[in-house]
Amino acid sequence: MTGYLGSYATLGLLLVASVLIFVGAFTANRLLSPADPAEPAGKRATYESGVDPVGGDWAQMQIRYYVYAYLYVLFAVEAVFLFPWAVIFDRPGFGATTVVEMAIFVAVLALGILYAWRKKILDWT
Amino acid sequence: MTIKFPDIDYAAIAPLLIMFGVAALGVLVEAFVPKRARHLTQLVLALAGLVAALVVLVTQAETRVVTAGGAIAVDGPALFLQGSIIVLAIMAVLLIGERSLEKGGPFVAQAAITVGSEDDRRQAARADGATEVYPLATFAIFGMMLFVSANDLLTMFIALEVLSLPLYLMCALARRRRLVSQEAALKYFMLGAYASAFFLFGVALVYGFTASVQAAPGRMAGGVDFATIHAAATQSPANRALLFGGLAMIAIGLLFKAAAAPFHVWTPDVYQGAPTAVTGFMAACTKVAAFGALLRVLYVAFDGARWDFTPVLGAIAILTMLVGAVLSVTQTDLKRLLAYSSIANAGYLLVGVLAGVREGISSTMFYLVAYGFTVIAAFAVVTLVRDADGEATHLSRWAGLGRRSPVFAGVFTFILLAFAGIPLTSGFISKFAVFGAALDGGQTWLVIAGVITSMVLAFPYLRVVVMMWLSEPGESTPTIAVPGALTAAALVIGVAATLVLGVAPAPLLNLSDTAGQFIR
Repeated sequence: MTGYLGSYATLGLLLVASVLIFVGAFTANRLLSPADPAEPAGKRATYESGVDPVGGDWAQMQIRYYVYAYLYVLFAVEAVFLFPWAVIFDRPGFGATTVVEMAIFVAVLALGILYAWRKKILDWT
Repeated sequence: MTIKFPDIDYAAIAPLLIMFGVAALGVLVEAFVPKRARHLTQLVLALAGLVAALVVLVTQAETRVVTAGGAIAVDGPALFLQGSIIVLAIMAVLLIGERSLEKGGPFVAQAAITVGSEDDRRQAARADGATEVYPLATFAIFGMMLFVSANDLLTMFIALEVLSLPLYLMCALARRRRLVSQEAALKYFMLGAYASAFFLFGVALVYGFTASVQAAPGRMAGGVDFATIHAAATQSPANRALLFGGLAMIAIGLLFKAAAAPFHVWTPDVYQGAPTAVTGFMAACTKVAAFGALLRVLYVAFDGARWDFTPVLGAIAILTMLVGAVLSVTQTDLKRLLAYSSIANAGYLLVGVLAGVREGISSTMFYLVAYGFTVIAAFAVVTLVRDADGEATHLSRWAGLGRRSPVFAGVFTFILLAFAGIPLTSGFISKFAVFGAALDGGQTWLVIAGVITSMVLAFPYLRVVVMMWLSEPGESTPTIAVPGALTAAALVIGVAATLVLGVAPAPLLNLSDTAGQFIR
């Protein structure tokens, strides 16, 4: 455990131990599990509770909801920054620079709304 | 109460602002310009923005400043890497803009349409490709440029997200083989999100480590800017496990983007599924950005822990080179082969990064540029070899291509020889530079592994060369499409740069050498 690379011996030991545990667990599983597992009726059904699953596994989701959720996030993030700004922007030392900065920030976010509007995402049809 | 606003050196960050402005304008173009004119407008806008950013960058070549409240460092490596990203991105945008190879271009018109439906067949046959890919690309380029000049870990994380999110989307936009493309995007997104989480958790650990340390007298204690981390690495009374844990997690986030083993598993699938132009963009520009950030993190912030991280990252470098070289031998698809070769190249780049001397920085930067030029040219050729179903990327289809089209087979042979590191190509010079730097830095073990894996890696390249020239063309040998002006331009730039950097590398080597000095 000496020398430059000696401090890595612990790490090496840990790696060896983890490999041993991994191999050991799988070997134990192989040795202990029955070689010929039983196959009662219904074992491979979706639920083993005795009730047959009803209906298909494909369901159509309305994609519009997710787009609106996105747009909501846009406004929410904007509001998170607007509230603290609104409390302090008229105090001495802030002034016009602060207003312009916030205007740029809002304008960049407004691009997203503008894009959504032009792509007719805001029409609910 | 008066507040002192952080000083912002607008001239120094002008290239960044230009790219962001172009991306925002691109969204407006998408919303307001009529569909017919959109493609040309977007292409011209993106190229003009890139050229303008490059010009402004060149005028700022002497700038060395930390600005925006310590969030952005504009120094030699940052400017050099930003310039490389812009130049390589120009080539990638040329490839993205190509529309003469396939009606409507290589991108899907509306990605939300169900694959295989009647609408999908209609749009595959007729509709023009979506032009959203241009704003996405410019946002990604902006993120990459910010990534290499970020001066604290939080800015770096924001930049990581800004560059990653558009890339995930761009992967899903292929016109042909859309399911594979969407699978690639989903895989990249899932694993990328995971890697980002690692990065963020690493930042939190490092923040805990620096809590009581001031970077300079009078500064606020604690923080994740690189100067504070640098000071904390020697002064912090906190448990060093925090530092090592944090560095390890940050490194995982960055090595994922750089496609280093064992964080490389996404690479072959994503490179294969993504549209080829986007693959070229990722292989060149993302690599520059990821290694630029890795260089900055390791040399500026964590250089006090060099003796501790070098063996671990060295082991990763060797593993990366081995995995890339050995697995590329078994590949049967050209895009996957190039993906594994890009993994192996990430290993060689790590050798340069770990050199620990100034030549390490400059040789890594040279390697990034040289590799970027070659790999975009390689993917440009891949877009040209086509049959009725689009690109024919299976290796067996390339057999006998030398008889069909000696010119393009010759060009591709040259590119593959450059990858293999044959003298008189940029591949030789760049490998020589990183190995030389690593020898100077005393990392002989990495160089030995690098030379051995380079020999292994030459085999898959030469196999493709032999296949193209010595096999008879069969019934199914695809044709090589006549490249449009845009692809031809990208191809000529890439091949010429590969040749020039192999024959007369001195100017770029000198440039990367003078630029190879970080500021803190």
